[in-house]
Amino acid sequence: MAFKIIASQCTNCTACEAECPNLAISEKGGTFIIDPEKCTECIGHFDSPQCEAVCPVDDTCVIDQNFPRYQAAQ
Amino acid sequence: MDTPVQHDGAQVESSVDLEAIMQQAAEHKGCGTDGGNSKPSCGSSAGQGDMPTEIWEKVKNHPCYSEEAHHHYARMHVAVAPACNIQCNYCNRKYDCANESRPGVVSERLTPEQASKKVLAVASTIPQMTVLGIAGPGDPLANPAKTFKTFELISQTAPDIKLCLSTNGLTLPDHVDEIAKYNVDHVTITINMVDPEIGAKIYPWVFYKHQRYTGVEAAQILTDRQLQGLEMLTERGILCKVNSVMIPGVNDQHLVEVNRAVKSRGAFLHNIMPLISAPEHGTVFGLNGQRGPSAQELKALQDSCEGEMNMMRHCRQCRADAVGLLGEDRSAEFTTDKIMEMEVDYDLDTRKAYQAQVEEERVAKVAAKQEELKALAGEVSDIKVLAAVATKGSGLINEHFGHAKEFQVYELSTDGAKFVGHRRVDLYCQGGFGDEDSLSTVIRAINDCHAVFVSKIGGCPKSDLQAAGIDPVDRYAHEYIEKSAITWFKNYLERVRSGEIEHIERGDADIRQGALIEVA
Ligand code: SF4
Ligand code: SF4
Ligand code: SF4
Repeated sequence: MAFKIIASQCTNCTACEAECPNLAISEKGGTFIIDPEKCTECIGHFDSPQCEAVCPVDDTCVIDQNFPRYQAAQ
Repeated sequence: MDTPVQHDGAQVESSVDLEAIMQQAAEHKGCGTDGGNSKPSCGSSAGQGDMPTEIWEKVKNHPCYSEEAHHHYARMHVAVAPACNIQCNYCNRKYDCANESRPGVVSERLTPEQASKKVLAVASTIPQMTVLGIAGPGDPLANPAKTFKTFELISQTAPDIKLCLSTNGLTLPDHVDEIAKYNVDHVTITINMVDPEIGAKIYPWVFYKHQRYTGVEAAQILTDRQLQGLEMLTERGILCKVNSVMIPGVNDQHLVEVNRAVKSRGAFLHNIMPLISAPEHGTVFGLNGQRGPSAQELKALQDSCEGEMNMMRHCRQCRADAVGLLGEDRSAEFTTDKIMEMEVDYDLDTRKAYQAQVEEERVAKVAAKQEELKALAGEVSDIKVLAAVATKGSGLINEHFGHAKEFQVYELSTDGAKFVGHRRVDLYCQGGFGDEDSLSTVIRAINDCHAVFVSKIGGCPKSDLQAAGIDPVDRYAHEYIEKSAITWFKNYLERVRSGEIEHIERGDADIRQGALIEVA
């Protein structure tokens, strides 16, 4: 249920942090990370994942395959 | 932000005496009224020209807006705004930005508190520091909380410092009221197009209202918001400058239309900057081989827009965290660690006294030039030549050829000396030895000039310059630039007339690819 940030590509621009509707993104150890517990893939908030849409580096905010896709609560 | 970076605006209504002194000085100096010569002879935005008086009052001491003031006053930028909301093909936010020299990931990011302390520390150390700009590294208005908090802190402690802001304009209409509230009366918007078809070649996407838009649709949103923001600023009497990046084959011809569009909406100054693009910058344009303009192409475009409005030619595309007089960078003296340890005592009186002295220098310089201009009166000739000048500021020829990081370029004609731009060069003399390659870099950068004025120059570079057809002139060391240039030009005309030398047109010159380098 989550997105993740590829740390080696992140420029630390902070843009995603402010856009996340779930406050799932924070700075840690000089780069930005997504808390998979909080990320809802923006479902229920926006049409597209905000971090992915605002990130200046393509393919940096991506689906984390280690988690099942998020399901909106029924 | 976008490209824009150069920014700056100024506001301030500062305090008292300072303003009065400046005003007086400006009256004397009458840059725009040079001896009945109707052209603003100190360069693009340098003289009042046909600028309304209220605007002239605001810009005359602003180093980024007044070519004449930039010899005397300094500005600084603080990097508090890392996020951006659009993507430009000339920007690679992974690295320091080549166009605006925006610091990228390697540079410091400051909190508003650190930034305001830095500003006070610098202002206490460098009394000419009168302008604070926020330009990035991203877009200040994509980081509104940090940007406005910084303005708030600075305006509380140092009300005499002018505040300015540079933006890509996407969210500008949403923030105009706050901009007015903090008295930010100079805003720079980077506008590279008013036609979305052209915009689509410059901007791959914009992030607007929680959605990413691409192509023509993205460019349409951007241009609508930019022009709306510009109109809103104009309505509120906030000065607005427009920056455009000239991208040959993409928007070069179109910028004449941009010039008209922004002028009709009240922009008071239009700054056309060359695209800086090299593969190693990793930008889309850099990688696909998009070239930047040559010096003559840039000048021709600026000339064709000049009839329309004030053009700014002295912009140096300085770093978003730059500190110092234009063309100078003292940011290494003010790293976060050093600042946090500094005891800062903000002394308005010392600053005022210092600035009063600067005003005296400015008045003297203008007087010298007026006198020399009189000597030129009556001369008629179609000859126009360019001359490069090595200067450290104060309007004097006071830099060694080998130490010059950039040259200022003046156009000399029987109308006088007009500032038309500057050329960056790599430091030619590193450690005292000139090395060949860098000398040829310098020559390429000023290849369209007939003469170069320096305070000092070594024997070798001297003969190489002469071989390249550029006259190295060191006999006016530590004298006023414009006065000396006019004297030299008079003599040049005489020699042409007597047949001693022949006037030959010179070729084009290169624009150096790369950000202004830092020098300790
Ligand atoms: S996908 Fe949405 S919820 Fe998940 S981290 Fe990105 S912005 Fe936050
Ligand atoms: S938007 Fe992208 S580059 Fe910027 S901090 Fe987030 S992940 Fe990193
Ligand atoms: S992408 Fe953003 S930071 Fe880069 S030049 Fe464009 S507006 Fe400025």
